[in-house]
Amino acid sequence: MQWSKISLVTAALAAALSAGTTSALAQAEIKIGEINSYSALPSFTEPYRKGWQLAVEEINAAGGIKGKKLIVISKDDGGKPADAVTAANELVASENVAMITGTFFSNIGLAVSDYAKQKQVFFLAGEPLTDAVTMAHGNKYTFRMRPSNYMQAAMLAEEAAKLPAKRWATVAPNYEYGQSAVAVFKALLSAKRPDVQWVSEQWPPQGKIDAGPVVQALAADKPEAILNVTFGPDLVKFVREGNTRGLFKDRAVVSFLTGEPEYLDPLKDETPDGWIVTGYPWYSISTPAHDAFLKAYQAKYSDYPRLGSVVGYELIKAAAAILAKADSTDTDKLIAAAEGIKLGSPFGEITFRPADHQSTLGAFVGKTAVKDGKGVMVDAVYRDGANYLPSEADVAKVRPKE
Amino acid sequence: MSGTAPVLEVEGLTKSYGGVHAVRGVSFSVAQGEIVALIGPNGAGKTTCFNMLNGQIPPDAGRVRLLGEDTTDCPPRVVWRRGVGRTFQITATFSTMTVRENIQVALASHASRTFNLWRSMPDFARRDADALLGLVDMAGYADRPCGELAYGDLKRLELAVALANNPRLLLMDEPTAGMAPKERVALMRLVARIARERTIGVLFTEHDMDVVFEHAERVLVLNRGQLIAEGTPASVRRDPQVRAIYLGEGLLYEGGQHEGANG
Amino acid sequence: MSFYVVQFLTGLASAASLFLVASGLSIIFGVTRIVNFAHGAFYMLGAYMAFTLTERLSGTVGFWGGIVLAALAVAAVGAAVEMILLRRIYKSPELFQLLATFGLTLMVEDLVVILWGPDDLLGRRAPGFRGAIDVFGQNLPSYDLFLIVIGPVVLGALWLLFHRTRWGVLVRAATQDRDMVAALGVNQKWLFTSVFAAGVFLAALGGALQIPRDAVNHTMDLRIIVDVFVVVVIGGLGSITGAFAAAVLVSELNAFGILVFPKISIILVFLVMAAVLIVRPWGLFGKAETAPRRTPGSAVRPWRPLTFAERVAVALVFAAAASLPLFGGNYAISVATEIVIFALFAASLHFLMSAGGLASFGHAAYFGLGSYGVALLAKLAGAPMLVCLLAGPLLGLAGAVVFGFFAVRLSGVYFAMLTLAFAQIAWSVAFQWVEVTGGDNGLLGIWPARLVATPARFYWLSLAISAALVVALRVMVFSPFGYALRATRDSALRGEAIGIDGKRVQWIAFVIAGTIAAVAGALFAYLKGSVFPDSLGISLSVDGLVMVLLGGVETVSGAIVGAIVYKALNIWLVSQTELSKLVLGGLIIVLVVAFPRGIVGMAELVVDRLRRRAQLSASPPSAALAQDIESAK
Repeated sequence: MQWSKISLVTAALAAALSAGTTSALAQAEIKIGEINSYSALPSFTEPYRKGWQLAVEEINAAGGIKGKKLIVISKDDGGKPADAVTAANELVASENVAMITGTFFSNIGLAVSDYAKQKQVFFLAGEPLTDAVTMAHGNKYTFRMRPSNYMQAAMLAEEAAKLPAKRWATVAPNYEYGQSAVAVFKALLSAKRPDVQWVSEQWPPQGKIDAGPVVQALAADKPEAILNVTFGPDLVKFVREGNTRGLFKDRAVVSFLTGEPEYLDPLKDETPDGWIVTGYPWYSISTPAHDAFLKAYQAKYSDYPRLGSVVGYELIKAAAAILAKADSTDTDKLIAAAEGIKLGSPFGEITFRPADHQSTLGAFVGKTAVKDGKGVMVDAVYRDGANYLPSEADVAKVRPKE
Repeated sequence: MSGTAPVLEVEGLTKSYGGVHAVRGVSFSVAQGEIVALIGPNGAGKTTCFNMLNGQIPPDAGRVRLLGEDTTDCPPRVVWRRGVGRTFQITATFSTMTVRENIQVALASHASRTFNLWRSMPDFARRDADALLGLVDMAGYADRPCGELAYGDLKRLELAVALANNPRLLLMDEPTAGMAPKERVALMRLVARIARERTIGVLFTEHDMDVVFEHAERVLVLNRGQLIAEGTPASVRRDPQVRAIYLGEGLLYEGGQHEGANG
Repeated sequence: MSFYVVQFLTGLASAASLFLVASGLSIIFGVTRIVNFAHGAFYMLGAYMAFTLTERLSGTVGFWGGIVLAALAVAAVGAAVEMILLRRIYKSPELFQLLATFGLTLMVEDLVVILWGPDDLLGRRAPGFRGAIDVFGQNLPSYDLFLIVIGPVVLGALWLLFHRTRWGVLVRAATQDRDMVAALGVNQKWLFTSVFAAGVFLAALGGALQIPRDAVNHTMDLRIIVDVFVVVVIGGLGSITGAFAAAVLVSELNAFGILVFPKISIILVFLVMAAVLIVRPWGLFGKAETAPRRTPGSAVRPWRPLTFAERVAVALVFAAAASLPLFGGNYAISVATEIVIFALFAASLHFLMSAGGLASFGHAAYFGLGSYGVALLAKLAGAPMLVCLLAGPLLGLAGAVVFGFFAVRLSGVYFAMLTLAFAQIAWSVAFQWVEVTGGDNGLLGIWPARLVATPARFYWLSLAISAALVVALRVMVFSPFGYALRATRDSALRGEAIGIDGKRVQWIAFVIAGTIAAVAGALFAYLKGSVFPDSLGISLSVDGLVMVLLGGVETVSGAIVGAIVYKALNIWLVSQTELSKLVLGGLIIVLVVAFPRGIVGMAELVVDRLRRRAQLSASPPSAALAQDIESAK
């Protein structure tokens, strides 16, 4: 009796789904797929979405891709890699998209990248940070926009090496991102400064830091400088406890991503003073390319851009440029077009390095400060990603041969 | 008492809860095919005593021997395998199964098939199951859901379940509790008949003195955890200590005793 | 030395908010016997409310007034929830209550984002408690001192409330014996409502008091609820003293644990909880449940094997399902494959729940272990697919053997909690042991062998394996073992008295269910090409429970229908809306309240009624009516 229902449901489902697959690509448009964790991580993905929507609007206003209208079909993955693969499958098998773009979490980026490799689909990853996307699990179908974990670490290690501090402590969320961020930073800083000692490390569970004891334990080891990798609510708690307990007094702190508005803004007037951070000070960048982007963004949304906005914007701009250069939706032609392509961005000209398909989009390095009750980055300098990429020899060592 | 070896021997059984003695140094035996009643006022320790006999609770001291073998620290399932059937004060049956399936589960366990993963249970030992149901006059109920049965029928079903392993001893804790007077008499007569036919020893606790004096061949009287009297119904009834206890309980017993004397 | 003193005090401060929330949960459980999963959601609402109020009201009075007002406002919401939702499900099995409150949690998570926006919010610092004080040369935030005081103050206040007021005496009496209070003529409804509101007040207060040191955000609820469960279970459900002791124990373990093993904190509390449950199944201060509660799967209508006609129908359905690739596209086939795999997963959980009466809250652990078994064999040993599929699930089997051994010693909500704890331990290991499992980044590149690499072939493989195992499960249900399992569920006392070793039977059932879940997990790994820790996570375990409920927990194979409907709905929802949690949460609540029998259970009921009506058409209508009332009970 139970089974008879199954047939009905599966038949109905199959009928519903197969109807979707038949609609072929209309000649006048090019469809690309986009996947992100909209429901799981709205505070990050909302600005990102605004960014790419702005790009789509601009591209189509300028005549589309060689006359064809660009359509982005966007899917939510709920923060789950398995659901992202389902979404990718729907985009490829059912919507016939020319390429997949997007993703935020590293694991989702990797899952989709592996899917892209298996199904031989072009994948342009947006925000996943893990080095594995371009290195240990890299593949010829996958490209990445945002500066990687390694690049962020390299920019920070360069600044850290200038500090007099010799005794270093680390605090990072205990999962792959935190662990690899600490490992890369340690290796890079130790290479530049063999005299550095690593005296203490704390590994709070991601999202569940018990900040008081962690701050206390760090202080007990009397480091001269601290590397922070925590972010989001963990960062807020860590900063508040650290401020009250005087952990940051007379200590240098180097911190991943904290200068990005997504992470800096929630800290408001409790933003710690003088942390060395990577980030995006949209309020103090004065290049024509960024001005144009900022003006367009604020005009459309009457809101200021976050880093995600830039990544989303540039992601679709890059996708369009690649499609235009390839003048085809064939995967191999897209790959050939993307490798070494030169295109503009709000941060300046970027390219995708053929050796690992990492973009040379950079980041700003500066110091945190409080201004009018808000956290800001000061003395921010743009670091071109091209100068902080892992060496091609290092990439070749770990990247699987095609 | 008959000359054959007893099915159940109990020696110095003792149990206390937080310093309070529930059962103290109780010793007795039940012969093959003998029907014995264990009586006593509320809180005398009857149920505690019962639960120690089939291993449901471990005694603090003392020994229990079934058919000559020591089963003192054995769990109920082992005691059952030695040939003891048990019914409970509040019936315990499998309410989501049919009446027949209740018996079949017991038969399968008796045949050591519990861990068989593929055989079809609804076809297992149907005839034996129906025979047992016939024995307790429930043949017509075989396919009824157990959860729908009236309480009296549940008691009879439980009896049939308890007989599934061809027991040598039946332990029945208040077999007629919660039943109408007529039903009580009928049920106990059924038990007595089956016990005699199959030479099953029966040890039961009971509040209803009619039932006790009609069927018990021997009566054990428990008070405050101790065995204070033992003997034929007639001798126990005459025992001054027993009379004193039951008098202490109030006049209710007088009526009961009176009725019992009539019966 | 001074460092350890301050570390200890810091631990005590962390314990305060844990205690507030846990005591609320414990009070609610003590009286209503509901394990309120939504307690974390109320904690979060308390924080959001307090944020809004303290931003509006100025000054010292405004701040503290805002905190208290926020807690009161959320308590009012709690009272409304109790009256509208919980009153309808007090008599349901505890699983239904856990699920309903879980559904509520899902809804609240989306609602706070709609109301307050997605960004983290930084609350005001408490006036007068902004700085730190010097304790033996170490800085201790003065707010920590305040929290250290508030814990025992609330404990004392609760003691006074329960021992010096009539309401408190009634609550204690109800905790001991619910029927007695009903007999006293007390309006039980209002007692329950007030207790629930009081518990929610404590949760919301705990949340509100966090705003000076936390960031208010929409994931606070799940962060706290798991910890609070751990605390309450360690302390003993229903015991406030126990909640206090356990909150201190957990917080101090955490504070000192990170000094020795900085990486262990996430597992440590679960290890402690598992250890406590194994040694003291009812927690440090808890008491054994007096009367075992109705377990799901106890319909009056006995199960029966399929008739010949029904078997033919099943075969036809199978043939229809197998023909899908002939007319469906690749996406349809891959969705169908996923559904088939989840049907197998749900069927394994359903076996454990319906036949075994054991509602596991951590069944995903075995699914995930199966996935990881396959992935590790494929990646580390380079084993071919056939070997992986056969040997991979053995990891799930091993996990079920070990975890199941301890879990089946408990029952009801304690069983659910212990299985949850084991699943969390497994998840934590996969999440943090990056060297072996790849951690969060998972294991990639597990694609099927060439022979079955096309979507259609892999679908057929999955369908064949799933169908064979579902049939095997059904055979088991009607085997002597299945009956022994049901016997133990219906009456463990009777089962033991007829020679059935109930614990062993349940253990074997647990292992069978775990192994079959692991097979589903193994197939899933090949379907997705990768394995991540979330295949062991709570949300997958809950998905399984919802599938079983949706199909009907009191049926033999309803979970299959539940899995198909739920998974199809879920894939469609995620692809259509970003408020899938709101919709899903609402669906769960409606299901629990309005359709506790599930789809198949309802269908069976309707068929049953029609049959009876047909049989009784000759007899007077009143008899048919009586029958209906009987069967509807």
